[in-house]
Amino acid sequence: MSGPNKNYDPVQVTPLNADEVEAMVQAATAAFAEATSTAELKAARLAHAGERSPIALANREIGALPPQARKDAGARVGRARGAINAALKAREAEVVAAELERTLREERVDVTLPVALGPVGAVHPITGLMHLVEDVFVAMGWEVAEGPELEAEWLNFDALNFVPDHPARTLQDTLFVGPEGSNRVLRTHTSPVQARTMLTREPPIYVICPGKVYRADEYDATHTPVFHQIEGLVVDRGITLAHLRGTLDHFAKAMFGDTRTRMRPNYFPFTEPSAEVDLLCFVCHGDSVGNPDRPCKTCRSEGWIEWGGCGVVNPRVLAACGVDPEEYSGFAFGMGVERTLMFRNNAEDMRDMVEGDVRFSRSLVGTAR
Amino acid sequence: MKAPVSWLRDVAALPADLTGRQLSDALVRAGLEVETVEEAGADVQGPVVVGRVLDFTPEEHSNGKTIRWCSVDVGEEQPRGIVCGAPNFAVGDLVVVALPGARLPGDFEIAARRTYGHVSDGMICSARELGLGDDHSGIMVLTAAAGEAEPVPGQDARPVLRLDDEVLDIAVTPDRGYCLSIRGLGREAAQATGTRFTDPVDRPVPAPVAEGYPVAIESDACSVFTALTVTGLDPSRPSPRWLTRRLQLAGMRPISLVVDVANHVMLETGQPLHTYDASALAGTVVARQARRGEKLRTLDDTARALDESDLVIADDSGPIGLAGVMGGAASEVTSATTSVVIEAAAFDALTLARTSRRHKLSSEASRRYERGVDPAAGYAAAHRAAALLVELAGGSLETGETVVGTVPVPPVTRLDASLPERILGTPVDRAQVEELLAAVGVEVRPGPEEPGAPDGVLSVRPPTWRPDLRDPYDYVEEVGRLVGFETITPVVPLAPPGRGLTRSQRDRRAVTARLAAVGAVEVLTFPFGSVAELDRLGVPADDRRRSLNTLLNPLSDTQPSLRTTLLPGLFSAVTRNTSRGLDDLALFETGAVFFAPDEPLVAPRPPVDRRPDEADLARMDDALGDQPRMLAVVLTGDWVRAGWQGPARPASWTQAVALAEEAAAAVGTALDRRPVEHAPWHPGRCAELRLAQTDVVVGHAGELHPQVCAAFGLPPRTSALELELDVLVAAAPDRGDIAPLSSYPVAKEDVALVVDESVAAEDVADALRRGAGPLLESVELFDVFRGAQTGEGKKSLAYALRFRAEGRTLTAAEVNEARDAAVAATAELGAVQRTE
Repeated sequence: MSGPNKNYDPVQVTPLNADEVEAMVQAATAAFAEATSTAELKAARLAHAGERSPIALANREIGALPPQARKDAGARVGRARGAINAALKAREAEVVAAELERTLREERVDVTLPVALGPVGAVHPITGLMHLVEDVFVAMGWEVAEGPELEAEWLNFDALNFVPDHPARTLQDTLFVGPEGSNRVLRTHTSPVQARTMLTREPPIYVICPGKVYRADEYDATHTPVFHQIEGLVVDRGITLAHLRGTLDHFAKAMFGDTRTRMRPNYFPFTEPSAEVDLLCFVCHGDSVGNPDRPCKTCRSEGWIEWGGCGVVNPRVLAACGVDPEEYSGFAFGMGVERTLMFRNNAEDMRDMVEGDVRFSRSLVGTAR
Repeated sequence: MKAPVSWLRDVAALPADLTGRQLSDALVRAGLEVETVEEAGADVQGPVVVGRVLDFTPEEHSNGKTIRWCSVDVGEEQPRGIVCGAPNFAVGDLVVVALPGARLPGDFEIAARRTYGHVSDGMICSARELGLGDDHSGIMVLTAAAGEAEPVPGQDARPVLRLDDEVLDIAVTPDRGYCLSIRGLGREAAQATGTRFTDPVDRPVPAPVAEGYPVAIESDACSVFTALTVTGLDPSRPSPRWLTRRLQLAGMRPISLVVDVANHVMLETGQPLHTYDASALAGTVVARQARRGEKLRTLDDTARALDESDLVIADDSGPIGLAGVMGGAASEVTSATTSVVIEAAAFDALTLARTSRRHKLSSEASRRYERGVDPAAGYAAAHRAAALLVELAGGSLETGETVVGTVPVPPVTRLDASLPERILGTPVDRAQVEELLAAVGVEVRPGPEEPGAPDGVLSVRPPTWRPDLRDPYDYVEEVGRLVGFETITPVVPLAPPGRGLTRSQRDRRAVTARLAAVGAVEVLTFPFGSVAELDRLGVPADDRRRSLNTLLNPLSDTQPSLRTTLLPGLFSAVTRNTSRGLDDLALFETGAVFFAPDEPLVAPRPPVDRRPDEADLARMDDALGDQPRMLAVVLTGDWVRAGWQGPARPASWTQAVALAEEAAAAVGTALDRRPVEHAPWHPGRCAELRLAQTDVVVGHAGELHPQVCAAFGLPPRTSALELELDVLVAAAPDRGDIAPLSSYPVAKEDVALVVDESVAAEDVADALRRGAGPLLESVELFDVFRGAQTGEGKKSLAYALRFRAEGRTLTAAEVNEARDAAVAATAELGAVQRTE
């Protein structure tokens, strides 16, 4: 800023002319209003509020005035500069807001376009169902036991009280592994895992044994020669059939909601007493029985669904596995995972489960089981 | 076993209004598996009546067929005119007439209709048209058998034909052979409904007597043998309708009166009978083991070479029957037979089961013997058959009879009276146990007193038809079944505190979840394989994957072995998907593979009355060979499809490798890679995967060999990964470490290094890490460049290096020094820094 200059004639300087100063304010305000972009506003600012703008030049002349005139002129120019700056600020806010609005409008996208982080993977429904069952029992304090699929005949049959000529051993049901006489089979159930558990651990035993099993069975919509089972085994002091019933009911409720189980006496070599486990239909709760108007697809209007087998562990099995039947008793149960998936999730054809079609694998999404 | 309810009513005094469905429910509760309740006769509806043929006129028609225009009295004022095509009846015969409005099996509706120039006002029916068997050779002519009232024209034919019945089809478990009879099921039905049971086995086996046909027992596999002789049979007598209908409802085909009677008695009592034409027998009938080289032609007209462990019935001519399985053709009852010898014998279950299996021959008789036939039933059954033959075929029973051997006495079992309550978990006191067991025929006596058994001990002996009652727990089951499992109050047992899933189980779940999360789809395949598959994979002769276990009875001849690699199974899944138009695939599977032991080993089968010793258990495991769990992925098509965001990214070796690293990362471990040539991968595009910590090889990933793609019908450039999941999981750290975070600034330096094409990028990165020292935070390859500047056979690799110190800001000099040291370390790989 210049210093006082005594050579000026105070009468001739702009700051003393109120009209001229007011005109500057008017001109600046008009120029700001005309600007519609930040670039235009910048040009207007330089022209009307910059260092070389009329108001800045007028300001510079004030120093030359005598003290009384200087005071008046200073106040006048100061007010004018304030008005110009206020107009600039106000317009700046308007222009920025308008520009942001335009930008945002221009950046609009179609949010319904398909998007994906990558391809869609899936856990097979059988795996998912086995994990679900495991979790139900792990939550009760049980553990998950595993064993080999190619198994010793002794563990698959002998230890489980299958007499040497039991029909299940014959070639029709069991896949035998060579060479002849090596006493090796593909396990026909996960029960040898139970035997292995008893052979290697002291009671109390509370385990669930999920896994792949093999039968030389037909291959059709409801049978496959390779399938999965989940068996449970408890060996402890004072275990009774009442405990088996309680466990099955809890298991059923955890898996299907409002339902319960019933036991029908049956025969298995490794349990005595033995029973079949039926599940009260969790869809119709039996209402479809004898009620043709309300047929139930899940239980085929029978009210009960055959689910698996169970029983009290035969003391002969305990003895073969090194558990004292005088001290301990136990129970065991087993279900087919494929079958469970069929009635639980309405899967219609068991072949879909083993043929690897990705559409089947993707049937159950996320944590939906 | 199919049991007509009307027949069960013969032995069990069931309430008159009890339906088949109700009976079924009662039996199901008692532990019998009723598969269906069939309403026999339900498919015959409307007016079906007895008619008498008053007159007929044979008429030959232009189509060459002769029909009869009949006048039939159906009990109405006027006879009806009916056209009939069958010639097997005479005037005066009683027939079955379906009147207009009737509906026969197969939804065959009867109406008065014009045919052969007449209006036929109904139909004269054959047995097949009524659903009464296969006979369609002519119409049914109703004759009254001995003891039956003559039907009357106009009478409803349904009761005459015994059309209406309910039939329970029951799946009998192997321990309940006695339920393969009306006797056994009737006993269960009476028990289940609280009604009276009348045993059709109405007389005990007497002391041995040898006044009838001579018989000898020369094998332990036969305990008792009854022979009765009936002479003077009229071979022309047909089986009465009640007999054929019962057999038919029970699922057996009527054959001839003598055979039908034997089958009827078997169904009724559970005792298989055999009838010999007495005139075809020569000398003493002997039950003995077959001799080496003996042969027998059985009733099914098959010549069978006998084994010394087969039990046969023989006479002077040699074997005349496979005992309890099937008779011989030579002594078969024929349409000329007038005298028969009835055999009712008890044979050993196991011996017969083996014979049946050896000869692949199963019969109604062998099914029963294999599951145990009541040895005390034979004598009564033979007499029942003889009485029926006398009644129905006009024969006479010879007074001299033969009984050889004695009924074995079932063993007594010591039963702690409190055991049922302790095992069932519901109150059952001693008195109840005694009562329930006695009700099913068990002989219950007080046992010796024992201090450890507060409720006392019982001595229990099962009835002769219950060989399944052997151990104390067998009796517990019987008590439980009679008490009803439904009455036991459920109790959830309290397990000791658990440790959750094992580390390995959690890790395997994590790998599965991770692969699915990043885009791979889990599938399950059959775990079988073959040498041919390994050949197509190009697996070399000395590769471990050649150690195949082979099945003795494979499901498929093309895959007779167990898999040693998951890849071929996934290849099949790929082709199945591509054939269904699903082309963009990243399939994965985790599962066991099976390596045969180096030498074939036998898994021992020690006795089962005690725990095997450790050596035997170890030998079992050794014989099974290694069965490691593997992880495999196969990729084809596009990893990312072309879309509005950009072009497609085809699936390639890169995703195969990346998925291996995802799997490793999922369990907190890391993999190093080396180029390697390994079947079935492309020799220049295969990475050997090693655990970063231990350098152990865990698997391979890359693009498949083009010849493998061609051999398995896979799309070109299919890529794959296979690694040993168990090894990966075992290498996972138990516990992760959390390093301190430095808040001082990072210094970034980029370096470009020119190396030979053959130098692996990972080796250069390793050298940079080694050279840079502890200040290096990370090194990352961000560009690979080939061009005139790099020179022939060379490539430029550009790495971003980040340096940071823990407690201070690095100086420019420190950073430069570390960077130069990193670059210097790559010199041993022939790397030259690009400076332009």
